[in-house]
Amino acid sequence: MIEVLRAGPLTTVQDLGREAWRDRGISRCGALDDLALMRANLLVGNPPGAAGLEFTLGPATLRFDADCSIAVTGTDADALLDGQPLRPWWRQRVKAGQTLKLAAPRERMRSYLAVSGGIASAPALGSRSTDLKAGFGGLQGRALRDGDRLPLAATTTALPARRIGLAPPDWDATVRALPGPEHEDFSVAAREAFWDADWRLTPQSNRMGYRFAGPELRRERGGELASHGVLPGVVQVPPSGQPIVLLADAQTTGGYPKIAVVIRADLWKLAQLRLGATLRFRPCSADEAVAALRGRQAELDQLRSALHDR
Amino acid sequence: MQMNTPPPELLIRPLGEAALCCAVDGAITLEHQQRIWQLGAGLAKVAGVLGLIPGMNNLTLSFDPLHTEAATLAQAAQALWGKPARGRPLGRQVDIPVRYGGADGPDLADVAAHCGLDIDEVVRRHTQAEYVVYFIGFQPGFAYLGGLDERLHTPRRAEPRLAVPAGSIGIGGAQTGIYPLATPGGWQLIGRTALSLFDPEAEPPTLLAPGDRVRFVAEPT
Repeated sequence: MIEVLRAGPLTTVQDLGREAWRDRGISRCGALDDLALMRANLLVGNPPGAAGLEFTLGPATLRFDADCSIAVTGTDADALLDGQPLRPWWRQRVKAGQTLKLAAPRERMRSYLAVSGGIASAPALGSRSTDLKAGFGGLQGRALRDGDRLPLAATTTALPARRIGLAPPDWDATVRALPGPEHEDFSVAAREAFWDADWRLTPQSNRMGYRFAGPELRRERGGELASHGVLPGVVQVPPSGQPIVLLADAQTTGGYPKIAVVIRADLWKLAQLRLGATLRFRPCSADEAVAALRGRQAELDQLRSALHDR
Repeated sequence: MQMNTPPPELLIRPLGEAALCCAVDGAITLEHQQRIWQLGAGLAKVAGVLGLIPGMNNLTLSFDPLHTEAATLAQAAQALWGKPARGRPLGRQVDIPVRYGGADGPDLADVAAHCGLDIDEVVRRHTQAEYVVYFIGFQPGFAYLGGLDERLHTPRRAEPRLAVPAGSIGIGGAQTGIYPLATPGGWQLIGRTALSLFDPEAEPPTLLAPGDRVRFVAEPT
């Protein structure tokens, strides 16, 4: 069990989300920085998709009532275990009764905590991820509150003793994207502006989508679109001309033209962009997008076997 | 319905490296939509397909690009599209009991006034039609229904409500529908059902599915 002494502004249980029932309007949800969650899980000997905690900024305080291993990833947030500094991106043994204090990160946005065995809240529709909008999954379908208690899975394997750490992945405020289905409907100037501008992340942003501010993107051709399926990564442009990047909690259908789609291998970078910071979109090919995803998977597989039994 | 006309062209375009959007090149009709549902049912059995989202005369499919290729799936989609349409439409007949008016449907009188009908006539027309679930979106289990009587088309409220109770039946423009979850919303609320439209602990988790036919049944007030 983990006792939540201080929950922080928006802390949720997340795994890699749900794929099924998309035709029934069920959103994917899941960790926004999936790379950070998967790496944290591998550090503590979990499958990459085990459920952990996603902290938005912080700070938060948790008490563990069982021996376990933990890893904090995603940001450079300072963490203290019973007052002793704990390095982010490192595996750490925890004894029953110890308290983890996580500070707000100096840089980036979202920290992740993996615990050996994983958070064992009840799965719903094939995932433990919290769907904040529909109010299910995770802990009662909501963000954590002070005083909550989170069940941990009993680990059958011996806890790894050795301290092992990972180098944080290189983050920059550039994501690769493919042109979307309506890309050519936008004016030449709008297309150029989309790929050239520094887009500022506005406060009207959440786990459903990021709204950016920058040059107005005007669509020249095409009428109103019929409602259609959308996915995390889709960059849609409402009549305001200001793009919205859909994220994990986005609804399943939309009606706005789609100027681009952020590639899956770069979606994690969005999770770490701060409000008010700027982002650039860099065009790439579908082949490059798949190669990037394959490269990322190979690194995770390599990491998994390197960490096995260590 | 005559279902054995040749299918209209299916346009398939990538939506990123891990999804395809298949769209009917032609008018929005129930016949085309039935072909979309049938395409979705066929593609659900194809290896590497992860998610299928029917829209209005289109279908978005997501896939794992490390285990299959867009070109392979596009080919599979075109092959399925060429098959003759099923004579019998998919879906079930679902009756939705509704308490019209009063606290359950606070906008029923406004809708009646807008349409130039009396309240009983609005209820009669709303319960008389058979609706078809074209697709689900916006919320888990929120069905986009076709078939609203033209006389009942009513613009959305000027001021959206901050909280519409779950189960509310509304009219927004040419659409009618049921809110599965409490949410802010701008539709005119004419009634409410006690049925649960979304249950995350059930599989399937929603009462309605694309292709279902829906009737509203007035409960005595």
